[in-house]
Amino acid sequence: MTTTTMDIAHDNDHHDDHGPQKGWRRWVYSNNHKDIGSMYLIFSLVMLILGGASAMAIRAELMYPGLQLLEPDLYNNIVTNHALVMVFGAVMPAAAGLANWMIPLMIGAPDMALPRMNNLSFWLLPAAAIMLVLSFIVPFFPGGGSQINTGWTLYPPLSLQVGMAMDFLIFTVHLLGVSSVLASINIIVTIFNMRAPSMTLWNMPIFVWTWLVTAFLLILILPVLAGGVTMLLFDRHLGTSFFDAAGGGDPVLFQHLFWFFGHPEVYVLLLPSIGVLSHIIPAFSYKPLFGRKSMIGAMILLASIGMVVWAHHQYTIGMSSAAVSYFMIGTILISIPVGLMKFNFIATMWRASMTFEAPMLFAISIVAMFVFGGLTGVMLAIVPADLQYQDTMFVVAHFHYVLMPGAVMALFAGVLYWLPKWTGNMYNEKLANWFFWTSLIGFNGTFFVQHFLGLAGMPRRIVDYPVQFTEFNFISSVAALIYGLSHILFLYLVIQTIRGKGTTKAKSRSWKGAKGLEWEVASPAPFHTWDSAPTVDAEGEIKQK
Amino acid sequence: MSAQNNYFIPEPSKWPIIAMLSMFALLMGGAFAFNDVVIGNYLLVLGSILLVYMFYGWFSDVIKESLGGKYGKQEDISFRQGMMWFIASEFFFFLCFFGSLYYLRDISGAWLAGEGYLAITKDVLYPEVSSVAVAWPNNGPANVGGDFQAMGATGIPLINTILLLTSGVTLTFAHHALKAEHTKHLVLWMWATIALGLTFVGFQAYEYIHAYNDLNLTLGAGVYGSTFYILTGFHGFHVVMGSIMLVVIALRCAKNHFKPEKHFAFEAVAWYWHFVDVVWLGLFIFVYWM
Repeated sequence: MTTTTMDIAHDNDHHDDHGPQKGWRRWVYSNNHKDIGSMYLIFSLVMLILGGASAMAIRAELMYPGLQLLEPDLYNNIVTNHALVMVFGAVMPAAAGLANWMIPLMIGAPDMALPRMNNLSFWLLPAAAIMLVLSFIVPFFPGGGSQINTGWTLYPPLSLQVGMAMDFLIFTVHLLGVSSVLASINIIVTIFNMRAPSMTLWNMPIFVWTWLVTAFLLILILPVLAGGVTMLLFDRHLGTSFFDAAGGGDPVLFQHLFWFFGHPEVYVLLLPSIGVLSHIIPAFSYKPLFGRKSMIGAMILLASIGMVVWAHHQYTIGMSSAAVSYFMIGTILISIPVGLMKFNFIATMWRASMTFEAPMLFAISIVAMFVFGGLTGVMLAIVPADLQYQDTMFVVAHFHYVLMPGAVMALFAGVLYWLPKWTGNMYNEKLANWFFWTSLIGFNGTFFVQHFLGLAGMPRRIVDYPVQFTEFNFISSVAALIYGLSHILFLYLVIQTIRGKGTTKAKSRSWKGAKGLEWEVASPAPFHTWDSAPTVDAEGEIKQK
Repeated sequence: MSAQNNYFIPEPSKWPIIAMLSMFALLMGGAFAFNDVVIGNYLLVLGSILLVYMFYGWFSDVIKESLGGKYGKQEDISFRQGMMWFIASEFFFFLCFFGSLYYLRDISGAWLAGEGYLAITKDVLYPEVSSVAVAWPNNGPANVGGDFQAMGATGIPLINTILLLTSGVTLTFAHHALKAEHTKHLVLWMWATIALGLTFVGFQAYEYIHAYNDLNLTLGAGVYGSTFYILTGFHGFHVVMGSIMLVVIALRCAKNHFKPEKHFAFEAVAWYWHFVDVVWLGLFIFVYWM
């Protein structure tokens, strides 16, 4: 079962049966989903370090009251940059990297459906990253204008008053939008058109399902953001009045456009990670995923409701009470599909003889922490409460509890889970455990205390704070340092696994309990896989003759 | 193991990276040029040249592969679905502007007028002015851009509607001619469609000149001018793009590139053209008429 399916039958009719090109062309001209996936992942790791450095700067400044390191404008610039780098540079590309690597392997496809467009989707990202960094540093050059102090939401009228750095940021958003829309089109087409003929949509692996839903979301929301920032650009330079009350426009319009994108974007970040967990938890529970179909239903429900509740980010702008009630109820409804997913995970682990390799440790802690983040989300969704919480550190704590376990840590877990498949080597389990525990302690230490800070009234996005908040901020900053440094372990771990020194070789089925087509090919996965489509049974496994 | 999978995976290609470089140069150029930094203009020129070179080269490769019989049924489905979802994303791009139009007409106007219990909104946003014109069309409480006249629906917009709808019909005639393998009719109907499209663009340009010179309806004419030009402008841009695509397809039709059973490129451009048509109908109703 493992070796016969690996034989790549040669066929003289097509010309893709040679190895990779030599030198830089292999990467720059690449049409190979594995190479492009690797580039995505490396890119996101670089951006993670950049975004992590800015997070360290923020926590260093907030360690003590008063101004120590950063001027207020620079602080706000760093806060803006941190969010954009993490969301668009680290999390989304990492999820796209997993999609590129795993989707063709999981559905028995020889490659992505539109390989050249796939290359373009990736290579737009470094260009966007350069523009994003420029938007950060341009104000330091003569004539560069003021720094971006709006936060990642780019609300007018403040964003209309920022100097030329804002234009770089607007065009960065355009580039990122094109990249993500092209990647999403590719993923949807690959899933619909490139599956092994015997694999039905119901049998499709859950990770593929989550990316299908994610890709739909991206196609629907990113053009709206692109349109919104285009209007911002017009208001800045061409004399229009979209967001200017004097000309009959309304700054609040931008908030609606932004959050029509921004709220589903949260699910864009979360869903691929839910997909990763849906593979890891069954693999180390040695059981199939509980409630597979309800999982698929839940994610479709989640995405659908998620599209129409955006204004819960804007309770304080003066909407009609009918609108506010609608957005509140809609938002709270979202906890139903999310709860369903979490209960499915728990039920999968129920009475299982689990083993606790690092991906599983991450998965279990993610389920717990994400539920916590979800509960503070319900608190924030309730209008009268939100009027108190909004723009405090409570919000910061909430969304970091959602996005850090829900997106970032799940992606780490996914990387550890599939690293043997990519590199052919098992990672160092002891080191991975160290990474898990340090990051777990560091993360919770950083953000748990921020709940108290927020409830006590410490505002976010402010460089200074009253002295009564000193202790918790100090704890948060020390823990943040631990959390930040823990990623050096991860970096070392990945490099060590790639180089293969002091590691053991991975089998093609690297984890005993792992199911799915990706474990049928050799480790490391050959340059071309599934030149002939496999025949799968109802469980999505290779059909036995 | 089932049958061999012959899905066409192209050779590594330089076109995607050139596409990236062209977009990068264009957007960097734009960011600089908007702020009057001279290098921006050079970057814009460079980006445009690269863009044309990239489209020419990339599509030449694809056409060569298509004529070389590399694309089978499965590849065809990939292209179709890809085009479909691309148009879907375009649809949402326009939806953003239509949604904004609705918001600015029906919601922000009332807010600015200080209607109902939201009176405070106006006091915060625009405290200087006591009475605010909310009736559409308006250019805001400050009469931004000076008095202007709104664009009527009859006249050029109506003619343009008829032109675009007719072009949809002629394009369908061309499709039928293609299926009937009647090259002469096919090419004729294609050029008729292009002529209608270009006439539309000409009228639209004339309308803009008229609006600027006679109606004082400019991009700076408050929120009416803003929404009018961003909607019609992006639509006009799409018509120009569609026309260029139609010209390429017409030239390929004359070279007999398409077969009755296999002509994805033709259909993709036709879908795009019909999409532009539908957007125009939305424009005609919500921008010009209502």
